[in-house]
Amino acid sequence: MQRAKTAAAAATAAAGAGAAAWWLKSRSGAPENAERWLVVTVNRPPGELAAGLAPAPLARLPEPLAELGDDIVVEVRPAPGGKGTELAARLRDPRRAGVVDRVRGNDPRQQVRSALRDAKSLLETGEVLLPDLPTTRPTPVGEVLELATRRAGGEGRL
Amino acid sequence: MKALCWQGVNDLSVEEVPDPGIRNRQDAVVKVLASTTCGSDLHLLGGYIPAMRAGDVIGHEFLGEIVEVGPDVSRHKVGDRVVVCSFIGCGRCWYCENDLWSLCDNSNTNPGIAQAMWGYETGGVFGYSHAMGGFRGAHAEYVRVPYADQGAFPVPEGVDDASAVFASDAAPTGWMGADLGGVKPGDTVAVWGCGAVGQMAARAAMLLGAERVVAIDRLPERLDMTRRRIGCETLDYTATDVGAELRELTGGRGPDVCIEAVGMEAHDTGPQHWYDKAKQMTRLQTERPAAVREAIHACRKGGSVFVLGVYAGLADKFPLGAMMNKGLTLRGAQMHGHRYIPMLLDRIAKGELSTGHLATHTMPLDEAPKGYDLFKNKKDGCVRAVFRPAG
Ligand SMILES: NC(=O)c1ccc[n+]([C@@H]2O[C@H](COP(=O)([O-])OP(=O)(O)OC[C@H]3O[C@@H](n4cnc5c(N)ncnc54)[C@H](O)[C@@H]3O)[C@@H](O)[C@H]2O)c1
Ligand SMILES: [Zn+2]
Ligand SMILES: [Zn+2]
Repeated sequence: MQRAKTAAAAATAAAGAGAAAWWLKSRSGAPENAERWLVVTVNRPPGELAAGLAPAPLARLPEPLAELGDDIVVEVRPAPGGKGTELAARLRDPRRAGVVDRVRGNDPRQQVRSALRDAKSLLETGEVLLPDLPTTRPTPVGEVLELATRRAGGEGRL
Repeated sequence: MKALCWQGVNDLSVEEVPDPGIRNRQDAVVKVLASTTCGSDLHLLGGYIPAMRAGDVIGHEFLGEIVEVGPDVSRHKVGDRVVVCSFIGCGRCWYCENDLWSLCDNSNTNPGIAQAMWGYETGGVFGYSHAMGGFRGAHAEYVRVPYADQGAFPVPEGVDDASAVFASDAAPTGWMGADLGGVKPGDTVAVWGCGAVGQMAARAAMLLGAERVVAIDRLPERLDMTRRRIGCETLDYTATDVGAELRELTGGRGPDVCIEAVGMEAHDTGPQHWYDKAKQMTRLQTERPAAVREAIHACRKGGSVFVLGVYAGLADKFPLGAMMNKGLTLRGAQMHGHRYIPMLLDRIAKGELSTGHLATHTMPLDEAPKGYDLFKNKKDGCVRAVFRPAG
C-alpha cells in the first residue's frame, strides 16, 4: 500500500516535471545562453537603487549582489509604465553549465538568480523571506523534491 | 505541537512536529482557534498537485490568536483575534500594490518550481506544496504568519470563529470570482459547484446586483443549502440538461457571467468522465475540466467565464473554438484575499453574508483525518469540517 502511494506520488512528480520539461524547451531548441542578462524588476523608484542609468557602482548594490563582487556586471534602468526599476546582472566570465552542474548547485547563474531575487525582496520589503523549517520525513520522492526545492531559489526563468 | 500531516496519496495523520517560531522580523505566530478543510486540499489528497512531501502540514483557511510578534510587526499585538489570508502577500511588490495579492513576487520561497511549470510563480500559500512556498499549514496548534501586518485581519467583535474562518479563503475566493468576472447589476450569473466556494460566489453575485443567480451541483443537500442559505436558484446537473435549462432561464441568451467553482476533479456524467479520468490517471492530462467546458459552452456571446476551481497543468478537449468565436473573456486566479477580507468581515458582522452554515462538522484537531474523510466523500452532508486545535 505504502509502495503504491509512493509510486503514485512519483508519477505525479514525474507528470509535473514532464509538463515542465515540455515547456522549458525553447522554441528553437537552442541551449540556454550563458551570456544572457538575468533581470528582476524592483517596485522602487529608479533613483533609489543607484544613481541614474549608469552601471551601478558595486559599493551601492544591495548586499546579495555586492557579495558576488567582480564576478558579475550589474545594470540599473527605469522600468516602463511606472513599474519601478529593472535590476540586471550577468556573469563577467560566463561559462555554460550542464544539467549536472545545475543539479549539484554548481551553476554560477543560480547564485546570480538568487542574489537578484534576494536583492529585490530586500529593496521592496526590507527582508528576505525565509522558508518554514521542514516537518517532513525522508522518502525517495521526497529526496528528489528536496533537491528541487534547494535549487528552486536559483533556478527558474529569471 | 500537534499538526495534520500529508503522508502520501489519501493518507493523512496527526503528528507531533516542532513548534513554529518567528523567522523574519515581520512574522507573527498565531495560535489556531479554527481551521477548515477546503476543496483545494482534496487535490493534494488525491495526489494531483505535485511537490508535496511526506510529513508536510496541510490546511490554509484559518483564524487564531496572535501569541508572538516579530519586531517589525506594527499593526498587531499579542492577544489579537485575527483571520489570516490563505495566500501570503508582502504588500509592497508591484502585484500586491495592484491588489493582485496571490501573485506576490516575494512570498514564494521556491519560485523555480512553479516557474518551470507555469512560466511564472504564484505567491506563497499556507500548507499547499513546495511549489507554492512549502509553508506549513494551518491544521496545527500554531502557525508562523509571514508579513503579518499584511496578511492578518482583526475579527470584528460579535462574529464567531465558525463564521469568521471562511473570510480567510472561501468567501474572498467566491467574491473575487463575481467581482473580477465582472458581475454587474441586472446580470444573470451561473455558478458551477455548490461547495463553500460556489456558495460564496453565488452570494457575492447577488450582493453585486445580479438579477438572477443559478448555482449548479448534483448533491441534494448542497443544492438545498444553497437555496435556503444563499437564496438563489439551483440546478441538479444529473437531473436536467444544464445548457438547455440555462437557455430557457435567460430568454435564450445564456448567462452573462459563468463562475466555475469545481476544479480539477470535476465529476461528469457519461463517457466524457471516463475519458478524462483515464487520461488523468495515466497523467496524460492533469485535469478533469468538465465544468469549465460546460461553462464556456453555456456562456452567452461576449460573456465572461471565471475559473475559481484549481487546476495544475494541462487540460484536454479544451473548447478553444467556443471561447474564441463567441468572444468570451476567460479569466482565473488564485484568491487575492487581502483585497476583500476586511469588507467581507464587515458584511459578515452586518449579516449580509452568511458563512457559519458552511461549518457542518466541528471537531478537535485529533479527528482531522476523519474530517477529511467526511469532506472528501461528501458523507453525512458535510460541506466543510472545521477543526478546533485549541480544544
Ligand atoms: N481560486 C482560489 O483561490 C481557490 C480558493 C479556494 C478553493 N478553490 C477551488 O475551488 C474549488 C471548489 O472548492 P470547494 O471548497 O467549494 O470544494 P468542494 O469539493 O466542497 O465543492 C466542489 C463542488 O463541485 C461539485 N461538482 C463536481 N463536479 C461538478 C460539475 N461537473 N458541475 C457542477 N458541480 C460539480 C461537487 O459536487 C461539489 O459540491 C476547488 O477546486 C478548490 O480547489 C480555489
Ligand atoms: Zn482554499
Ligand atoms: Zn508582494
